[in-house]
Formats: sequence, C-alpha cells, structure tokens
Amino acid sequence: MSSSASDPRLVSAGPPKRPWRLSWADERVRAVVWQVLVVGLVLAIVWWLWRNTVHNLEVRRIATGFGFLGREAGLPIGETLIEYEPTDTYLRALTVGVLNTLKVAGLGILLATVLGTLVGIARLSQNWLLSKLAGLYVEIIRDVPLLLQLLFWYTILQGLPGPRQSLNPLPHVFLSNRGMKLPFIEWGQAHWFTLLAFVVGIVLTVFYARAMRAKQYADGQPRRVWPAGLLLILGLPLAVWAALGAPFTPDLPALRGFNFRGGITVSPEFFALLLGLVTYTAGFIAEIVRAGILSVNQGQWEAAQALGLRRGEILRKIVLPQALRVIVPPMTSQYLNLTKNSSLAVAIGYQDIVSIANTTLNQTGQAIEGIAIIMLVYLTISLSISLFMNWYNARIALVER
Amino acid sequence: MSDLTLTSPASGVPEAAPRTAPMRAVGPIAWMRQNLFGSWWSTAVTLVLAYLIVRWTIGFVEWAFANAIWSVPYQGNQPQTQICRDMKGVGACWAVVAEKHRFILFGTYPFEEHWRPALVCLLFVGLYVFSAIRRFWNWILVPVWVVTLTVIGILMWGGVFGLPYVPQERWGGLPITLILSTFGLALAFPLAILVALGRRSRMPAIKMLCVLYVELIRGVPLISLLFMASVMFPLFLPEGMNIDKLLRAQVAITLFAGAYLAEVVRAGLQALPRGQYEAAEALGLSYWQKTGLIILPQALRLVIPPLVNTFIGFFKDTSLVLIIGIFDLLTAGKTAIVEPAWQGFGVEVYVTVGAIYLVFCFAMSKYSQDLERELNRHRRR
Repeated sequence: MSSSASDPRLVSAGPPKRPWRLSWADERVRAVVWQVLVVGLVLAIVWWLWRNTVHNLEVRRIATGFGFLGREAGLPIGETLIEYEPTDTYLRALTVGVLNTLKVAGLGILLATVLGTLVGIARLSQNWLLSKLAGLYVEIIRDVPLLLQLLFWYTILQGLPGPRQSLNPLPHVFLSNRGMKLPFIEWGQAHWFTLLAFVVGIVLTVFYARAMRAKQYADGQPRRVWPAGLLLILGLPLAVWAALGAPFTPDLPALRGFNFRGGITVSPEFFALLLGLVTYTAGFIAEIVRAGILSVNQGQWEAAQALGLRRGEILRKIVLPQALRVIVPPMTSQYLNLTKNSSLAVAIGYQDIVSIANTTLNQTGQAIEGIAIIMLVYLTISLSISLFMNWYNARIALVER
Repeated sequence: MSDLTLTSPASGVPEAAPRTAPMRAVGPIAWMRQNLFGSWWSTAVTLVLAYLIVRWTIGFVEWAFANAIWSVPYQGNQPQTQICRDMKGVGACWAVVAEKHRFILFGTYPFEEHWRPALVCLLFVGLYVFSAIRRFWNWILVPVWVVTLTVIGILMWGGVFGLPYVPQERWGGLPITLILSTFGLALAFPLAILVALGRRSRMPAIKMLCVLYVELIRGVPLISLLFMASVMFPLFLPEGMNIDKLLRAQVAITLFAGAYLAEVVRAGLQALPRGQYEAAEALGLSYWQKTGLIILPQALRLVIPPLVNTFIGFFKDTSLVLIIGIFDLLTAGKTAIVEPAWQGFGVEVYVTVGAIYLVFCFAMSKYSQDLERELNRHRRR
C-alpha cells in the first residue's frame, strides 16, 4: 500500500485541492463552524456546572480534594483479603473494597464461563429433554432482573437455620445463616512453594505442548502430551511438597458454643452475590456459545465425521476453535457486564468498592471525590479486560492472506 | 478377467443375508428413540433428568399449591401469621401477596384512587402493543404516543377534571417501573441516533465528544450514575433550584441507555453497504436528507432485534433505582415484607414480582424473535 502512495498516477487520481472560500457553501467552513458551536456549547455547560458546584461546596462548607484518604476510616469491614482494622486509613479501606470487587468478579467470570458453556452446549444436545431444560433455564434467568435474583438468593440464604441446627450436606461442610463453612488445611510457607510449583508446572506443560505440536507439524505424527503434562502439573508440586516435609494439618470447622471455629468461611453476602452473578451471566454466555457453535458451517461437522473423529473430539478440535472467533467479542462485553454488575453488592451488603466508597462519601460528605473513585476503579477494570480480550481476539482471529 | 462369466456366482462372496425392515422413522416411539434414547449416554441423561424433573415438580407443586396458605385470620386489624410460620419451608405463604398485592403494584398511592395507576398500566401496555404492530409503523405513532403520555400524566397527577391531586412522592410500584423505562427509552432513542451519527461524522471534534460520552458511560456501572444523580446532581445546580429525585434518576437512566443504544445504532450504520451512502450523495441530497430518507430507515431496520434486546435489558435495569430509594416495583416488593408480621416471607414476594418482570420481558423477547424471522424472510429460501 505504501508503495502505491508514491505512484504519481494514483496521487493525481484524488479530488483536486480547492482553495478555502469563506462561504457557507464550502463544506469545510461549515464543518469548522459546527464543531466550534458544539464544542463551545459543551464547554459552556461544563463551565456553568463547575461554577455552580464550586459555589455550592463553599456555601455548604464541604472540603474538596483527596486529603481524606489519609485519615482514619473507622468503618468495619467484614471480609478482607489483606489485613485491615477500622483504625486504618480510608485509602486502605478502599483498597480492600477494590480487592473484594476483583475477587467476586474474577471468580464469577471463571464460573460463569464454565456454566454458560455447559448450558450452551446442552441447548444444542441431541437429547430433547436436556436441550429443552437448558432453554427454559436461559429464558427464565434472562427475563428477571439481576437485582431481584440477588435479593432472592440472599433471602434464601438468610432463611437457613442458625449455626446450631446448620445443614451438613457433606462431611465437615456446614451451611447456616452465617454462611458456608468449608474444611481447609493449615496454610504455611511450604504450601506457597507448592502452589508456585503448580503454576510453574502449568507453564512448562504449555511450552511442552507447543513443542510437541511443532514436531507434529514437521512429521505429521501426533504425540501424546498428557503423560508429561500430568507429571509436570501434579508431580512437580507433590515433589516440592514432599521435599519440604509434606506438612498437612487439616483445619476442620467445628461448632464451639454459638458459632463455628476453624475452616474457611464463605459469607452469605459473598455467596449470594456470586451465585446470582454466575447463574445470571451464564444465561447470556450460553446463548453466545450456542450462536457461536451454530455459526460453524455444517460441512465442518460432516468433514470431521468423515475423518472418523468422535462427537466430543469434533467439538473440541474442529468446531470450538472456529466458533471462538464469533464467541470472543460478545463474551468480552459479558465479562464487562459481570464486573459492572458486581456493584449490585451494595444492595445485599457485600462490601465491594461501591459499598465502601458510598460509606466513605456519607462519612466525609465529599460526594464528588467518592463517585470519582468508583468511576475511576471501574473504568480501569473495564479498560484492562477490554485490552486483554482484544489481544486474545487478535491472537485467535482468522489469519487471512 | 475374460474367463469370468457373468452367470457364475462370485466364489467366496456369500449372498447378502435377508435384512429386516428399516426402523420406523415416524411416530412417537421412533421420535423417542431418536431424541431421548439415541445412545447409552443419551439414555442415562434422560433417565437422570426425568427423575430430577419429577422430583422437583412434585416438590414445587406441594410447596406452591398443596401446602400453600392463601389467607390468614385477622385479630382486629392485625394479621395472624403464625400458621404461615409453622408451615415455613413446607408450604408457600401466598397470604402475604394476597394481603400486600395492592401495595406491591401501586405503592403508597391513595387507596381509593388505585384505579388510576391501574388504568395507567393498562394504557402503557396498550401503547406497547399498538407500537408493536407493523401496520402502524408510520407518522401515526407520534400523535398516539403524545396523547397517551399526556393522558397518563393527567391520571397520575390528577388535579384536573375532578381528579384529586396526588403528589409525586406518593407514586410507586409498577407505574414507576413503566414510567422510568418508557420515558427513558423514548428520550434515549433520539439521543442515541444523534450520538451514533456523531461518532461516524467526519468532524474530529464532534466525533471525539461522542466517543468520549459513549466509552465513559459504558465503562462505569449504572449504580455509579444513579449515585451521581442522587448525591452529586444537587451540587451541580444553582442554589435554590431543585429537581426531584425521580426526574434525576430518569436523567441518569436516559443518559445510560443512550450510550448503549448508540452503539446498537452505530452497528446498523456500519452494516449498511457504502453504495447506499454514495448513491444518496450522487443524487445531490443534503446530509440530513440523506440520513433521514436513505440511511436511517435501512440502518434501523437492520438492528431492530438487538434494539429490542437492549430495551429488555433496560426494563430490567430500572430496578436498580431501589438502591437510591425510589419506589419502583422491586422496592415496593422489598418494602412490603418490612412489616414485622410479614417478615421472612421474601421468597413468595420475590417470586411474584419476578413473575411480573418475566411476563413483560418474555413478551418482548418473543416479539423480537418473531420480528427477526419476519424481517429475514427475504433472505431465506
């Protein structure tokens, strides 16, 4: 393309350059006038609002600026990922809020993708009962507001019996109106190293699979990846764990007095929010996955069948990689929706960034700064997800000649 | 090859065994064999699902109908909800809905005037049905909408024609949900068209303003805009000037819906072949003639199904005004169970309110699917 620009024949093919005329008939003059008018109007409105705001803030003696971030927050937070005391600063409280939002959004995206894909595939199943049931689920879940669903789940969780009469669906798992109690192990330094080894194992497996595929492209022989993969993903962490003395002390929840001790707790607020977000978003993801799979030409299925592949294999190796190109862009907007919808946490009392910023702005009276923080956090998260998904989309896009 | 004669049977190849008649391909048995018991795997799924469905259905029918309590005795003015509490978890307490249905539907609107919001809801539904019929998709929609919305305003406020005046603070329930979504979308739609056109404009300043608006709004949750409307908006206005809460929420919802609708409209503008733009320019039409007569009618027709889906989304999203304390359908439902006598019967109320939302959204989504089939008819063979 760049070489053609220097081609004199093509350059001269464009419209002739006309001199500017100061007349309404000149399109360029009109464009400039319109733009100056619109931008001027927007600036005038913004300036007017700004002047009113400054005046109102002075009259009401509301402080401005982000100085309050360093002051003591004094607001208690139920569940935190990092250590936090009510005597800590507002900045730390807001950081806890951001981490809580990221926690529920990250876990939600993961689970909603799995559930949504399963439901989407179930809707295309040849089994009539399964496909109709999946269709019913999608239709009902998408036609009821998410906020109502969250309140519904939260009411159900609150209606569970107290800790002393708690339900015990599995050994050492307790379900009561104080949340869910799960058994865990006493976490030490050795476990962090084991986790690290696990991650390293996954990364090594990915590289190994890539190398094997390159070999397959060279000589056409398929090679098995899973034995080495299993060894790397499970064997490596186990070896590290054993080398560090294999510490294992189960931390089982048990009833002491009126409440549980030990184990890890999933609070009813977090559980209701996660449940609502996952089931709701999965309904939308299911439709996207279904549309993506249907978009793959029927001939691809038939050709793969003719090669002797099984139905599951066809889906995994032939259809899904092609369907992904249709699936990824709308999936991105569902991930963004889920993240933004996690702000509904404020209605059921899960302390995410919106809830904490809202308490902050009520305590300090600095509404503008509080809302600016909320918006800034969500804009950053949205932008990061979009950038990542755009990168992924570009990676899997069809390479056209 | 020459020593093989046609009459001699090919040695070693046995004659084909007589085959049975093919399986019946029609009829209920054949259908079940194909769709429910196609393979071992499918049979297992069918059996497990059938068992679960039967169990859940029996459980649900027992809870919702067989063991349900439809009314409770009264002692003076106080409802005696003890029998409901005894049946908790076993049978539904529909008595809470029987007792509170007026409150859930119409909020704190004066009791003897409830026919007015009821009529308003019917008028809204009538307006939707009328606008959905393709025969009326022309200029006649404009006067119909203006007249209906005026009548709705007169009915809600009153103060004329012998109707007692009802201040806005007492409105609530379903009419608020319908007002927020209808007015929000009616105002957001023209805004969205302007922004979508602006985003494809050749003027850099206008394009940048539109991109900024759309991306900013789409990057933040609706709640933050509603908070902004409820706590920040009063700071923006000059002293003494005040806009009531419902209108502020309406503005926030309109701005929010506008950004999302603008993207849908833009998709339609982009999907239109370039030839249409060039042909319109070749005819010597001005920008607005070109846009209004050639481009928009075709572009909007392309995106009707996603537009209806966006409408459904916003109808549901109006429920978020609960968080800033505006009395819509969901807030009314949540408030109905605050009274101590009825505390703890949230499930029954939420199921009822959910069913109302479901009816509206399901009707819209079915309509959108039918419309999509209708509009794509020329593409199918």
